[in-house]
Amino acid sequence: MTTGGGKSGESGESGMTVLRYLMWTVFAAALIVVLTYALPPFRTYQLATVGAYLCVTAGLTVLTGLNGQLSLGHGALMATGAYTVALVQDGLAGRGQWTLLVSVLAAIGTTTVVGGVVGLAAARLRGPYLAGLTLAVAVVVPAVASTWDETFNSDQGLSVVLDPPPGTVPFERWQAWLAWAGALVTMVALTVLVRGRFGREMRAVRDDETAARLAGVSVGRTQVLAFVVSAACAGLGGALFAVLAQSVSPGAFPLSLSLFLLMAIVIGGLGSLAGALWGAVLLVALPAVAHSVTEGIDAQRLEGNLPLALFGLTLIVVMLAAPGGIASLRPFRRPFARLRRKT
Amino acid sequence: MDRFVFLTFDGLSRGAVYAAFALALVLIWRATRIVNFAQGAMAVATAYAGYSVSAATGSYWLGFGVAVLAGIVLGTVTERVVMRFVDHSSPLNEVVVALGLVLVIQGVLGMIYGNEFRPAAAPFSRDAFTVGGVALLSRFDLFVFAAVGAVVAALALLFTRTDTGLRMRASAFAPDVSRLLGVNVGGMLTLGWALAAAVGSLAGMLVLPTELGLHPNAMDIVFVSSFTAAVVGGLDSAVGSVVGGLVVGLLLSYVSGYLGATVAPIAVLVLLVVVLLGRPGGLFGRSAARAV
Amino acid sequence: MSAPLLRAEGLTAGYGAAPVLHDVDLDVVAGSITAVLGANGAGKTTLLRTLSGLLPATGGRVALDGRDLRGVRVEEMVRRGVAHVPEGRGVVTELTVDENLRLGGLWRRDRADARRALGEVYELFEPLARRRTFHGHQLSGGERQMLALGRALVGRPRLLLLDEPSLGLAPRVTAQIMRLLRTLRDRSGLTVLLVEQNVRGALAIADEAVVLSLGRVVTRGTSIDEDLRHAYLGF
Repeated sequence: MTTGGGKSGESGESGMTVLRYLMWTVFAAALIVVLTYALPPFRTYQLATVGAYLCVTAGLTVLTGLNGQLSLGHGALMATGAYTVALVQDGLAGRGQWTLLVSVLAAIGTTTVVGGVVGLAAARLRGPYLAGLTLAVAVVVPAVASTWDETFNSDQGLSVVLDPPPGTVPFERWQAWLAWAGALVTMVALTVLVRGRFGREMRAVRDDETAARLAGVSVGRTQVLAFVVSAACAGLGGALFAVLAQSVSPGAFPLSLSLFLLMAIVIGGLGSLAGALWGAVLLVALPAVAHSVTEGIDAQRLEGNLPLALFGLTLIVVMLAAPGGIASLRPFRRPFARLRRKT
Repeated sequence: MDRFVFLTFDGLSRGAVYAAFALALVLIWRATRIVNFAQGAMAVATAYAGYSVSAATGSYWLGFGVAVLAGIVLGTVTERVVMRFVDHSSPLNEVVVALGLVLVIQGVLGMIYGNEFRPAAAPFSRDAFTVGGVALLSRFDLFVFAAVGAVVAALALLFTRTDTGLRMRASAFAPDVSRLLGVNVGGMLTLGWALAAAVGSLAGMLVLPTELGLHPNAMDIVFVSSFTAAVVGGLDSAVGSVVGGLVVGLLLSYVSGYLGATVAPIAVLVLLVVVLLGRPGGLFGRSAARAV
Repeated sequence: MSAPLLRAEGLTAGYGAAPVLHDVDLDVVAGSITAVLGANGAGKTTLLRTLSGLLPATGGRVALDGRDLRGVRVEEMVRRGVAHVPEGRGVVTELTVDENLRLGGLWRRDRADARRALGEVYELFEPLARRRTFHGHQLSGGERQMLALGRALVGRPRLLLLDEPSLGLAPRVTAQIMRLLRTLRDRSGLTVLLVEQNVRGALAIADEAVVLSLGRVVTRGTSIDEDLRHAYLGF
């Protein structure tokens, strides 16, 4: 899988770049706030969902695109974050908004630990073996929820207790703010990380492990770290999903969720954070479009299944036609993609 | 003790199916270095086709034949239309494309048949014979053993005793040399996919009656169990995959029987992790799951 | 001089954009041994790969017995009578000696003669007959070379493309193989295109030699000129 992003970030962290990130973030935040006032509640909720997805796709595209590790377990990592929020909120809710921050941080922490464990195993595995292991992790979620049903309440799942939003802010708008606060923090953190030394090391490991090792990069450490970072993002995304849905259950984190995430980052262009945004948008938009298409006709079986088939088809077509994703189709990226494929 | 005996036989019967399914994975892995992550979905699709024919004609065996035949067709099409054109420069590519196939197949099945569980009838009684008060095996279990045994024997004969088998092995090990010797390597690949998909379909027809029934996702867990079986066997070894299948079947049966059915997938995950980290080449193989 | 069995004209080929072979003309006379000599990277292996179709030519034409070989698939070559023994011998190490040899005759319609050819190879290479059930990776370098050569002979080729048969072999074994090639030429009229770095060994049996340098033919003939030998072959 050839991926983009190779030429960026060699310039170092000058004050200008930091300023530029800051301006972009402020601009994006302002845009989100404006949108939450302009859009009707349902659209605002969709916007919030994009934000939650973005945390996960951004983290996954760094792991898969820049470090070359394929994870099918990110749905399970999201579930970890979501369940943590549900459990912590159950104990803390009602004491003020700060409890939510604690819950989300706890979710990130738990997922980081789980991600570290999976990452330790993952760093020693390659290609299909890693895919198979993470697939097993994804499939095991309902079993875990049922086995420890006193904590996780098996298939029914848990409800997430939330304090009402401050002031007179409508609930959807509040949710969108929360989700996008998380998404923007993720994007800034990942951008800084990817452009720095760690990003270079990740790409070096992806391109040629032996060469990276000879250049003094600790391959195992880089891979575990990449997995941990990616897992933390997935945990945050999962936590935000719990806040959005106000409930968690194994059914919300099926294997297909992990496959959707993968599709989103492949189509967006592996390794591209901007691509992760497009992927997140697609994850929300495609089912919505399919829903509105099938609404008129009496075909309830199409609902849910049509996007599934479309996602799969898009994934295959993109992989066969442009393995670098949509981003690699842009004309100015082409020479680089070609160059890399040749070597 | 009675329970242990029963669980052992039950585990061997399940394991036989995992063995067949793992064998199908190994067939494709050996020929192409691809783990066919779509194999579960492909098997479900052919099972739907088979049960549709059974329902329409009233004949289980006609449906059974159709399912296996559909496997051959689906395997051929998958290789000819999709897999052949995947850029092999990174092992991720094939995995991603196979997962795309999973989504397509599950989506299409859902559109045609809906997402409810449909009953998957067994051709023989699943009531176990009892010997001296101990429940041992059902007629269906015997059928499973016979079918899997026949498949394993047929494949062994094909690969070790026939010219076509020699061509297939040569194509897998040394494609360029094989082409120079006049072997149609592309055709051998297609044949490998067709065979593997047919074996996968057969395994699907054998496992679905023992699970909850037909569902687009019905084989997800079976795939993970069989992948584990193949990894236990080393992914490169046909004998290993059969042994691996039996090991996984027994493990699942004991864990389900003594600890509860919900724990079974967790046990498979643990086994997979232990094997991958402890003995990544599997018990029989020499291939490298890990970096050197 | 009779018409050549193999004729290449203006052959150009390579990997990616930069050609390795430039405008190579080559005639191989039936029943002769032609040696292709040259330093590392001269394009010798590329020439053989292009002739057998493993590498598509980007320019020029190749004809066997006057019939154009362009567009003929690699799998078809063996049916036209061309056997290519690749560098590194191409023994399928996971298969047994017997399976490797059988593989060489699988394409043949005449099953009886394929079996007969198999028997002849076992007579020709006595050590192989004793190791029928050994796997390729259990053989010595010399035995592997015999196996690769024998496997090609099972197909009763008219033209044998042989890539560095002496690579990594003891001088005694190399001499054996060279002698054998000469015997095959004399007895059955086999035509051989022999790529070699072992110049002395190759010239000792070759009827004609072609010297490649940087992908171009710099000289050819029945004897190699003293100066050129110095310049391109280093002795």
